[in-house]
Amino acid sequence: MSGPILSIRGLEKRFAGIVATNNLSLDVQAGETHALIGPNGAGKTTLIAQLQGELTPDGGAISFDGADITREPAWRRARLGIARSFQITSVFPAFTALQNVALAAQARERHGFRFFKNASADSALTRPAMEALTTIGLDSRADIVAEDLSHGERRQLELAMALAMKPKLLLLDEPMAGMGRQDGQRMTKILAGLKQNYAILLVEHDMDAVFALADRVSVLVAGAVIATGDPAAIRSDSAVKAAYLGHKG
Amino acid sequence: MAETKATLAKADGAATRVFAPIVLLALLALAPTLSNAVDNPFLIRLFTRAVIFAMAAVALNVVLGYGGLVSLMHAGLAGIGAYAVAILAFHDYDGSKFVGIFPGTGNLAISIPLAMILAGLGAAITGVVSLRTSGAYFIMITLAFNQMLYYFFVALQKYGGDDGLQILGSLDFFGLDVSKRATFYYFALAALTVETAFFALLVESRFGIILRACAQNERRVVALGVPPLRYKVAAFAISGAAAGLAGAMWATGQQFVSPSDLSWVRSGDYIVMAVLGGMGLVWGPVLGAIVYVLLEAFLPAWTQFWQAPFGVVVILIVVFLRGGLLDLVGAKGARGNGGGRG
Repeated sequence: MSGPILSIRGLEKRFAGIVATNNLSLDVQAGETHALIGPNGAGKTTLIAQLQGELTPDGGAISFDGADITREPAWRRARLGIARSFQITSVFPAFTALQNVALAAQARERHGFRFFKNASADSALTRPAMEALTTIGLDSRADIVAEDLSHGERRQLELAMALAMKPKLLLLDEPMAGMGRQDGQRMTKILAGLKQNYAILLVEHDMDAVFALADRVSVLVAGAVIATGDPAAIRSDSAVKAAYLGHKG
Repeated sequence: MAETKATLAKADGAATRVFAPIVLLALLALAPTLSNAVDNPFLIRLFTRAVIFAMAAVALNVVLGYGGLVSLMHAGLAGIGAYAVAILAFHDYDGSKFVGIFPGTGNLAISIPLAMILAGLGAAITGVVSLRTSGAYFIMITLAFNQMLYYFFVALQKYGGDDGLQILGSLDFFGLDVSKRATFYYFALAALTVETAFFALLVESRFGIILRACAQNERRVVALGVPPLRYKVAAFAISGAAAGLAGAMWATGQQFVSPSDLSWVRSGDYIVMAVLGGMGLVWGPVLGAIVYVLLEAFLPAWTQFWQAPFGVVVILIVVFLRGGLLDLVGAKGARGNGGGRG
């Protein structure tokens, strides 16, 4: 391991008196899958949004790949290599699955000011898009309009879009949210395949998935990290049990 | 099996995208012949009006139907183009110079590109401000800009102020005399054809895909690494330049322009034409403009309060044909951005 790809120091975020992120420090090492667990309202999605750039922190610093990105706008962070998949599926409903992913590939290529060539027939975009769909197992549904895909397929599409950005870090906000058992298991398998190639910060409620995938786990309670360690250590940590796992019985 | 179906769907899409507008434009090209045959010059004037309105509505629809931006300033942008042609013609006629520096011209090969550049610049500058907002705020800001343009031209006493500006000299396009009704009609129709073809390519390009994506889910566009504002400003400027072209044609065809052509109500009319025709395809508003102009011409013969039945027709079309008149010609399910209408 060559040091952290993402380093968060003393991060603070308040909303009208509510402390959402409280002096939070966390490292994601290059190549590791780092799971973030915690009860509802612990501030997991707020943290992801600050890492991706949609929210600006009130204090603290975020550095990514050796550069301070605390004040960088979201679109530039995406170009630097941070890809987020959203907790609530966020795709382009009127585009086909392939067009959705091709747009992600196009964003990476940056040549947005081209006015005449048909983008949907541009193999420089459709080839990498098709690769991402294949990786995620959605290639047979490439020509289906996103709003006609099933919930599970749209979760997969969401992930394929993130992959097509060829990121260095994946921020996955509950990739299994709303999935049935079978879809969830499929998604776990997909993520297990991805974890070889990407650093991943994974927010997930499904503990089976977390313990199957994570190299390390951090526990977030009330906006602060109360414990970080390998899955076995977290499972047996008494503070974690009391704050979180205990509630689950 | 599935592949055959997909291929068929694609062929079907090509038919409505490429074939239908060609047929429509070819039909429009028959208007002068028809007008001669029935010896009624009113017809050609009517279709000239329809073609020019269509140019403005097609321009608007690129930001409205594909970009999800309800602009109420396209009459103002078209007005910039119209006044550019008229003011250049004014100085050409009396031999004076614009602000004492620039000579006038009656050559449309110069004044039309200039009209487009000025309208495009106007759109870009106002767009930088207005496109930072969205929804009702965007509508209100574009309305305000439209009124600013309106009163600006009202205040230009030298160029007719409230009364408008008559074009007294002759206008030509590389020697083509456009004062003949039929000649001008073909000229305007050619411009509409070029405009429609241009936008048909644009909305499928990388640029067009980003514009349509912004309309569906701007948050996701940002997360993918694309800053939306610059693309929206560029789209607004291109749309504005095309509206400027429509305005330039309007001034040329009427030999006259007045501030009333810039009223925000006219901006609203362009929206009605786009919605009426269908926002899902680039050429949908052409249908809308034709129907609009026909209703506007023939309903008053039936009742003096023609706006009332006109309103009923618009409501019926919007309620029963969610995709506008495009649905009637088999382009059902055509998509613009197309998230706007779900």
